[in-house]
Amino acid sequence: MLHTVNKSPFEKNSLDTCLRLAKSGSEILLLEDGVYAAVKGTAVEQKMRQALSDYTVYALGPDLKARGIEEDRLIDGIEVVGYDGFVDLAANSDRIQSWL
Amino acid sequence: MGNGVKKFMYVNRRAPYGTIYALEGLEVVLIGAAFDQEVCMVFVDDGVFQLKKGQDTAESNMKNFSPTYRALGDYDVNKLYVEKESLEQRGMSEDDLLELTYEDEDDDYKEKPSIRIVNREELADLMEQQDVILNY
Amino acid sequence: MAFEIGGKSYETDEEGYLANLADWNPEVADYMAKEDDCDLGDNHWEVINFLREYYEEYQIAPAVRVLTKAIGKRLGKEKGNSKYLYELFPYGPAKQACKYAGLPKPTGCV
Repeated sequence: MLHTVNKSPFEKNSLDTCLRLAKSGSEILLLEDGVYAAVKGTAVEQKMRQALSDYTVYALGPDLKARGIEEDRLIDGIEVVGYDGFVDLAANSDRIQSWL
Repeated sequence: MGNGVKKFMYVNRRAPYGTIYALEGLEVVLIGAAFDQEVCMVFVDDGVFQLKKGQDTAESNMKNFSPTYRALGDYDVNKLYVEKESLEQRGMSEDDLLELTYEDEDDDYKEKPSIRIVNREELADLMEQQDVILNY
Repeated sequence: MAFEIGGKSYETDEEGYLANLADWNPEVADYMAKEDDCDLGDNHWEVINFLREYYEEYQIAPAVRVLTKAIGKRLGKEKGNSKYLYELFPYGPAKQACKYAGLPKPTGCV
């Protein structure tokens, strides 16, 4: 199952709930303000590093760029995808859960 | 300060693109600047992301309004307080922020930085000194 | 709303401001000015070009106070005052010049 998170982890608990309820082996795509969770050195880095042992985590490239986040600032193991990659992820998942 | 001049503080707590708060707040500051009040802006919580440098919205088809913060000096909005704790929580430092300046008319038009990093206590004290506080 | 120059149609808002910044060209400015019975000379173009540069850099059309100050700095004190700018653009320098420059109405203008 593909989970998407589009809220900042510093403002809303969407990411927390997603990580609490997503089954191991799921894919998680961070997009819009959700991409702030992908950055190294933040208060949620530890949480994300832990998540990477259970899930494949992606971040949407155009949303990173819009927010001025360079790829070398991302936590190792998080994969950057473009809109085409987003479409592929969605098309290859049987279900999608959007944590708004 | 002359008669009728009040101290206005605009508090920005939202990231720039996920919601419309940041852009709306910035526009209100620009409009409000016409009223010759004593204005400052505060960036706290996700609001510090508004000032992140290197924003590029070409691929996401949104208007990049981060260059507009550089015009604030022209509008005599010269005091932008950024909370240190909010930056640290987000893995950021002053080096991640736009370089914003204004020309000091009282000091031979020298260019001076507009952004001031303040800690939680300093920010709380600043808030106590305001006449009007508006949140976005 | 829209107007046409040489067979090409230009979309505007209800106040006559160009809908798409990218549609602008000098002919658009000349056309809009003629509609207002205004003939664009070098002095007008100085201001129009300045506004386009300002918008390019800051992504906003400056308020009249900011425009006046900035024009003074760029083009000299004799031009950086409201009397000079209102003579060039009697409908209001920021509003009218922004319109000819293809920019949106200045933020904070009513």
